[in-house]
Amino acid sequence: MSTGTTKLDVVVSDVVPVNELVTRFHFRRRDGELLPTFSGGAHVVVEMRDGERTRLNPYSLMGSPLNTSEYTISVRRDDVGRGGSLFMHRSVKPGLEMVISYPVNLFSLDLRARKHLMLAGGIGITPFMAQTSQLAGSGGNFELHYTCRTASLGTYADVLQQRYDRRVRLYHDDLDERIDLDRLLSSQPLGTHLYVCGPAGMINWVRDRAAALGWPSETVHFEHFAAPQPGAPFDVTLAVTGKTIRVGSQQSLLEAIEAAGVDPPYLCRGGVCGQCETNVVSHDGKFIHNDHWLSEEDHRSGCKIMPCVSRFEGKSLVLER
Amino acid sequence: MAAKSIISRPVYGTLSPQAGKHHLFVADAEGALAIIGMAKNAPAGFFDGAEIVFIPGSDGKYVAALEALKPAQLHLAPSFPSLLPRLRQTLTNAHMGLRLYLSGTEGLIGQAMQVALEAGIDHTSMQTEHRGSLARRMQCVHCKGITENVTTQPASCSHCGLLLLVRDHYSRRLAAFQGVCINAEDRSEIPPMEEIFR
Repeated sequence: MSTGTTKLDVVVSDVVPVNELVTRFHFRRRDGELLPTFSGGAHVVVEMRDGERTRLNPYSLMGSPLNTSEYTISVRRDDVGRGGSLFMHRSVKPGLEMVISYPVNLFSLDLRARKHLMLAGGIGITPFMAQTSQLAGSGGNFELHYTCRTASLGTYADVLQQRYDRRVRLYHDDLDERIDLDRLLSSQPLGTHLYVCGPAGMINWVRDRAAALGWPSETVHFEHFAAPQPGAPFDVTLAVTGKTIRVGSQQSLLEAIEAAGVDPPYLCRGGVCGQCETNVVSHDGKFIHNDHWLSEEDHRSGCKIMPCVSRFEGKSLVLER
Repeated sequence: MAAKSIISRPVYGTLSPQAGKHHLFVADAEGALAIIGMAKNAPAGFFDGAEIVFIPGSDGKYVAALEALKPAQLHLAPSFPSLLPRLRQTLTNAHMGLRLYLSGTEGLIGQAMQVALEAGIDHTSMQTEHRGSLARRMQCVHCKGITENVTTQPASCSHCGLLLLVRDHYSRRLAAFQGVCINAEDRSEIPPMEEIFR
């Protein structure tokens, strides 16, 4: 049994297209009971049973933590990904029975903060939907800066502005509106915490500027689920179980290990939480690390890999699994 | 250096220059040496954005050496209570980008940290360096009174008079070590008092 991967049997109660790229899915428990409590920033791992193939993708819960009669997620369609979001968009209809994990929060609010400064980019808005609901319910002090490509792709921008008025500031790429980041970061009262969720480039930019302007690392929170990237197939030997497996081009290493009947620990499946960290026994080739968990030193050492998002190219790879 | 002990016993580091827009130093007596030592590694112009609040010892040493660093502001105070309103005011008006450096006795570091925690700075975000006396600020867990500059083990509570074992158990919220009655069973039993926190 993997840590934190207790499952919930749910039924899709509603499917709502939000804009040309994003669709919202509502889940309720099949037994009609309340779902487990969660806090703003939590995600669930959704099992997508697509014929022979099962994908498990993490999605942030975006409903209010005060309402556990249903969970809601928003999925952005990725036409060139491994097909998880396409499956959700094409095949998931109201009434479908699905399995999701218990919620896990790797991007929680630090409630000691005097103020919460939130920066969202694109679909990175979803955890902030839950966090702002949580804070608004308890009189919390927050400010949300949301960058989107165009007004029509500004998922939930209208809802957020209606709810929170001037606490939400929008920036549209097509109108060349840009956050004056240095000014924003330098004008925050002492005791502010910073939260950023969006594309990797945005997260790196914000973290770099915050560090340069004297924000202690304890006050800077970020989340970016890496999607497993497709790549060339490769063979792996699992030293502990004595199995040799092939990782398909559309499959993640973790999925291939699971398909071989081995049950390694996992949690987020997005390179963030660290649960599936695996020791490398030997290798002859090149790692393609895509995680946010291992240090650069770990990446260079060739002694560890995060099988949920990282791949390998070369002659041989032996893992302690 | 303070000896290693239970996890609640504070551990201090060595001041090092941090990225930031404003640098606030609070130090007493030999704590000045920590600032002077750090200045050797500081980038040019570092002290242009620095404010030093300093409580000199009775001999007035190190004031000239701190002046020589040419901080934007150097404020001298006779005691911690006398600098408290100024420290609170500075932190209340401060923005993210202010970095805090505390050096000197444990009592000074602990009390300045207590004010900074109230202002929303995480204790792990502060730079600290212990210099000088190991005398402890102690809270009597029975009457809750605080006794300053405790150097002996056991020590008498300056409020209720109980004889207290000075524990390594430290409270950041109170900025004090906990003192627990050492002879509660039999008050006539008086263990020898040793000076160990010098």
